[in-house]
Amino acid sequence: MALIDLANPTRFLALAARVLPWLAAATALAFAAGLYLVWFTTPDDYQQGATVKIMFIHVPNAWLAMGVWTVMSIASIGTLVWRHPLADVAAKSAAPLGAAFTFLALVTGSLWGRPMWGTYWVWDARLTSVLVLLLMYLGVIALWRTVDDPSRAGRAAAILTLVGAVNLPVIKFSVDWWNTLHQPASVLRAGGPAIHPAILTPLLVMAIAFVLLFVTLHLAAMRNEILRRRVRSMWLMQAHAAQGA
Amino acid sequence: MDLGPHAAFIIAAYVMAAVVVLGLIAWVIADYDAQQRVLADLEQRGVTRRSQKSEAA
Repeated sequence: MALIDLANPTRFLALAARVLPWLAAATALAFAAGLYLVWFTTPDDYQQGATVKIMFIHVPNAWLAMGVWTVMSIASIGTLVWRHPLADVAAKSAAPLGAAFTFLALVTGSLWGRPMWGTYWVWDARLTSVLVLLLMYLGVIALWRTVDDPSRAGRAAAILTLVGAVNLPVIKFSVDWWNTLHQPASVLRAGGPAIHPAILTPLLVMAIAFVLLFVTLHLAAMRNEILRRRVRSMWLMQAHAAQGA
Repeated sequence: MDLGPHAAFIIAAYVMAAVVVLGLIAWVIADYDAQQRVLADLEQRGVTRRSQKSEAA
C-alpha cells in the first residue's frame, strides 16, 4: 500500500484497527520497562537525591509538548498546501494530547522546582514560553470548537498552528538566549548528553514509552475524528432529505 | 524504598502523570464508543453517507 493510499479515510480506519492493538501492547511494555528501571535500578542523583525521579516524567512530557506541536505544524502544511484529507484530522486530534503533555510538563516541573529551586514557579524565559505553548494549544482547541465547518476550521487552525510554531525555537533556545533558573539542555545538545548512562538509559526508555503513548492515542483520536465527520455528514444528509420532503 | 525528604513531591508528580494519562485513554475510548453508538443508530434509521450510496449502486 502506497503512503498516498492512506489519504482514504476508510483505508486509514482499516489500518488503525490492525495497528492499534500492537501499539497499545508496545506502549504498555515500554512503560513497564521504563518504570521498572526508574523505581528499582536507577541510582539517586548525588545532588538531588530521589527527586531526580521526577525528571523521568517531566523531560519526556516537555519533549512531547514541542514534538506534538511540530506534528501539528507538518499536518497544517498538509492542510494548506496539499489539502490532504487526513491532514486537519491529524492536527485536530493531536491538539488535546499536546495540551495534556504540556500541562504535565509544567506541573511536574513545578513539583520538581519547589524542592530544588525553592519555588513552584518563576517567570523565566523557559517556563513562560512553555506556558505560552499551553495557551496556544488551548487556543487551537477553542478555534476548532468555534467554527462549525471542519474544512474552514481546519484552515484557520492550520494558520494559527504555523504562526505558533515560532514559539518552538524560543522554548528550545530560551535557556541559551536568556539567564534562566531552568537549567540548560543536558540531553539534546551539541557535544552529546551530559547525563550519566545510569540515568540517561531509563530516561530514554521512558521517552520511548511516552512517544508510543502519543502515537497510539493519536491514531485512536484520528479514528474517532473520522467517525465524527461521518456522523456529521449523515446528519447533514438527513437534514437535506427532510428539507426536500 | 526511601524517597528522602521530598517524597511527597515525587509521589504527587507520578500520581498527576497517571491521572492525566489514564484520563486521556478513558477519553479516547469513551469518544470511540459514543461515535460508534451514534453511527449505528443513524444506520439503523436508514441514513447513509453519499459514498455508501455510490458503493451500493
